[in-house]
Amino acid sequence: MTDTTANNLHFEAHEHDHHHEAEHVPGFFTRWFLSTNHKDIGTLYLIFAITAGIIGGTISGLMRTELMHPGIQYLQIWAGPHATMDEATHLWNVLVTAHGLIMVFFMVMPAMIGGFGNWFVPLMIGAPDMAFPRMNNISFWLLVPAFLLLLGSTQFAGGTGNGAGTGWTLYAPLSTSGSPGPAVDMVIFSLHLAGASSILGAINFITTIFNMRAPGMTLHKMPLFVWSILVTVFLLLLALPVLAGAITMLLTDRNFNTHFFDAQGGGDPLLFQHLFWFFGHPEVYIMILPGFGMISQVIATFSRKPVFGYLGMAYAMVAIGVIGFVVWAHHMFTVGLDVNTKMYFTAATMVIAVPTGIKIFSWIATMWGGSLTFETPMLWALGFIFMFTVGGVTGVVLANAGVDTIFQDTYYVVAHFHYVLSLGAVFSLFAGFYYWFPKMSGRMYNETLGKIHFWVFFIGVNVLFFPMHFLGMNGMPRRVPDYADAFAHWNYIASVGYFIMAASMGVFFINLFWSLFAGRKAPDNPWGEGATTLEWTLSSPPPFHQFSTLPRID
Amino acid sequence: MKTFDKIFLLAASLFLAPAAALAQQPASAPTASAATAGAPQGKPAPASDAISAKSQASPAQPSQVVGSETGSAPAPSNAQETQSAIGPLAKPTPGIGQPDGKAHLQPQFTPIGIEAAWFHDWILMPVVSVISIFVLVLLLAAVFLFRRGRHPQPSRTTHNTALEIVWTLVPVLILVAIAVPSIRLLAHQYDPPKADLTVKVTGNQWYWTYSYPDNGGFEVVSNILSDADDQKRGEPRLLGVDERMVVPQGAVVKVIVTASDVIHSWAVPAFWVKMDAVPGRLNETWFKVDRPGVYYGQCSELCGARHGFMPIAVEVVSPAQFAAWVASKGGTMPGAKKPTGPDTTAGSPITNPQGAPASTTAPGGGTSATPAPTNVSAGTGRPIGTNQSQAQSSRGI
Repeated sequence: MTDTTANNLHFEAHEHDHHHEAEHVPGFFTRWFLSTNHKDIGTLYLIFAITAGIIGGTISGLMRTELMHPGIQYLQIWAGPHATMDEATHLWNVLVTAHGLIMVFFMVMPAMIGGFGNWFVPLMIGAPDMAFPRMNNISFWLLVPAFLLLLGSTQFAGGTGNGAGTGWTLYAPLSTSGSPGPAVDMVIFSLHLAGASSILGAINFITTIFNMRAPGMTLHKMPLFVWSILVTVFLLLLALPVLAGAITMLLTDRNFNTHFFDAQGGGDPLLFQHLFWFFGHPEVYIMILPGFGMISQVIATFSRKPVFGYLGMAYAMVAIGVIGFVVWAHHMFTVGLDVNTKMYFTAATMVIAVPTGIKIFSWIATMWGGSLTFETPMLWALGFIFMFTVGGVTGVVLANAGVDTIFQDTYYVVAHFHYVLSLGAVFSLFAGFYYWFPKMSGRMYNETLGKIHFWVFFIGVNVLFFPMHFLGMNGMPRRVPDYADAFAHWNYIASVGYFIMAASMGVFFINLFWSLFAGRKAPDNPWGEGATTLEWTLSSPPPFHQFSTLPRID
Repeated sequence: MKTFDKIFLLAASLFLAPAAALAQQPASAPTASAATAGAPQGKPAPASDAISAKSQASPAQPSQVVGSETGSAPAPSNAQETQSAIGPLAKPTPGIGQPDGKAHLQPQFTPIGIEAAWFHDWILMPVVSVISIFVLVLLLAAVFLFRRGRHPQPSRTTHNTALEIVWTLVPVLILVAIAVPSIRLLAHQYDPPKADLTVKVTGNQWYWTYSYPDNGGFEVVSNILSDADDQKRGEPRLLGVDERMVVPQGAVVKVIVTASDVIHSWAVPAFWVKMDAVPGRLNETWFKVDRPGVYYGQCSELCGARHGFMPIAVEVVSPAQFAAWVASKGGTMPGAKKPTGPDTTAGSPITNPQGAPASTTAPGGGTSATPAPTNVSAGTGRPIGTNQSQAQSSRGI
């Protein structure tokens, strides 16, 4: 408390600057390349995520184009004029791998944690910035070489053809003895860098949330988005080192004659799967938990009602995070697990449905009795709740090890995780983007275009992903560039769905650029009395440095 | 925004180079597609080459047998008999043992499959549909009842302990109700009856090999057919193979699954069977099918460039046809006399247990009790390797 006076003086000095020379904003290069400001870094993350999303989404377009009709129509052309059929089908695996890795590590995670987390965690807890601003900078800039390594790997030998064709799961021995050449090494380095970036970010968020909350903001008064980020970064901190270890072992198996995953040398290919999924399952919660947080903010705002069952909501996320660490082998039900192991993982996986159900029902209860309006963010949030429920219940189907026997590695799984990610995580990203766009940019987005974007996207992704349940039930395996003719019908419909979805993204980008340059100026709080968190008390966009006088929460 | 443009252009130029190639030669698209109709065969492995050439020349030819039995080609008369007995190949039945493109599970033909499909169709699907519709109805009701025009004054209710307890406990009860049949199904999957026949399945890049340790240990190499051959034989495109795995109807078939290079997965949807083929590991699964016919599956674990092109075809035949087929491959029926042809492997304990000294036969090996109306199961001695795998596989990770 002895520092309080000094701090106040210091902040007053800033206020002084503020009045005289607008803001102490550095020049372009310093601001965007040597940035230590959480809002600027958040913006960089968002731009990065959108860029990666465009690339990852284009790749899925290539895949849906190829899968639109039976037979291989385009792969050989894309693979180059002299490509053999094996190189062409290897290119398919490269597309599958790149789509997965880009969307997971370079789109969803940077957008949710790096983008919205950086922007709004300090604002929501009343902090002037992140705890370690320069570490924040390196977190972002590690991601750029990571992404370039991943993209660059497509141009280097990876076994049958150029690029890493191992799937995002990098299963050994396909990723070791099965993929000679530098491509897979580059992917592994890429994940090392991205992982280091995320771990540093996680440390930063944990310190910020624990130490820099405004006076009076106890943990139990934090907005749910901050809670969701807090749980997420703990998952990151605990899960990513395991991935780092696993892929380091891959690297030494590939290059230094170790045999961690080589049965002939006394290793075990399944060890890699256990390590990977010990990271991988928390990873899927890492991708959805911040979405839960954003949806809670959006629902409460547009219901004009505090969120229902706040403590239940917060601890449901904690429970999901904890249970998320003890269910990993449900990704491995067909590897030859012991029957008792399968029974345990079946039961543990189903338990996750309980806290998830609490969240779904609490969101509906938040709306119940409210005074609802349906601006674009609310539409995305409503879409999220239903689509996530659909993805969640197919998760309960898949949780049954005996049933997973037939669904493992089929399109049913693809449908399931796209419902929770492409229709869950991505819907929450759009909800958050439209919700906070006025705050971040200082301009309103176009409501009509936003609603068109929502409805067309909603129809598109459902046409795209719902038929995949049918394909999976009927037996179509994942990760195949061609399929038996019986699957043609639903594949055609799914591809049509992709193009509907892609068209809606055109609307989104038109809206984005039009609003950035010509949108109506946004008020401090465009959403009215329902928006109660601290960021709405600031100007739109917020000042370069905010909360020079810490707000007090009662 | 300049940064954005630059990053995007850089990324796009790095990754989308192949797409540029497409733009440059759009005219070649139809040609390429026609030329690649037999897609995966574009650059076949030597083994696949030999086989597809052979099968194209005369599909009825008794198929090539590789492995330990290569030396003992079946007598021509034997081969003729086989052809008439099991086709050259039985014709698949549409909608059975293969996808039909409809929104349902493939019809099931094993006891486990029937139980599991019932559990899926009559418990899981109704429960998850009802939950989804329930949530949708609640959402729509909230949207309708509490829209601002109808309900301008929001309530401040944020707690209702009874409600919160209900929506925690009811899902728990639903999950328990699901878990009971689920765990029962698992227990049944892992409690196979005594096996009548063991087949060892090996995944390779990119074909399957099937060896029959109970029948002299001969091995069958199973490669994908070209599209033209599929058509010629009346098999579904991409699913037909030159050499099917053949098993007798009504027999409990133990399948030992492993791989020689990377991980594959041996799956037949109509049997409710999927087992990863992991190098260095013997996984075990089983099935019992009463209906003769052809059942297809595909490799179900990403295994490299031709992952999509290593189908699985299992043909279920009568015991007599099976015996004829085994003989045509140079194998022996357990308990039967050795084939008359030259048997280069006689005396080897691995490939021919009958000729082996008794001491190499595993204690208690074989399944002499044979309830099935077939002599297939009358194994008197099983190769040691198989018995080991029976004891060890599947029960431990």
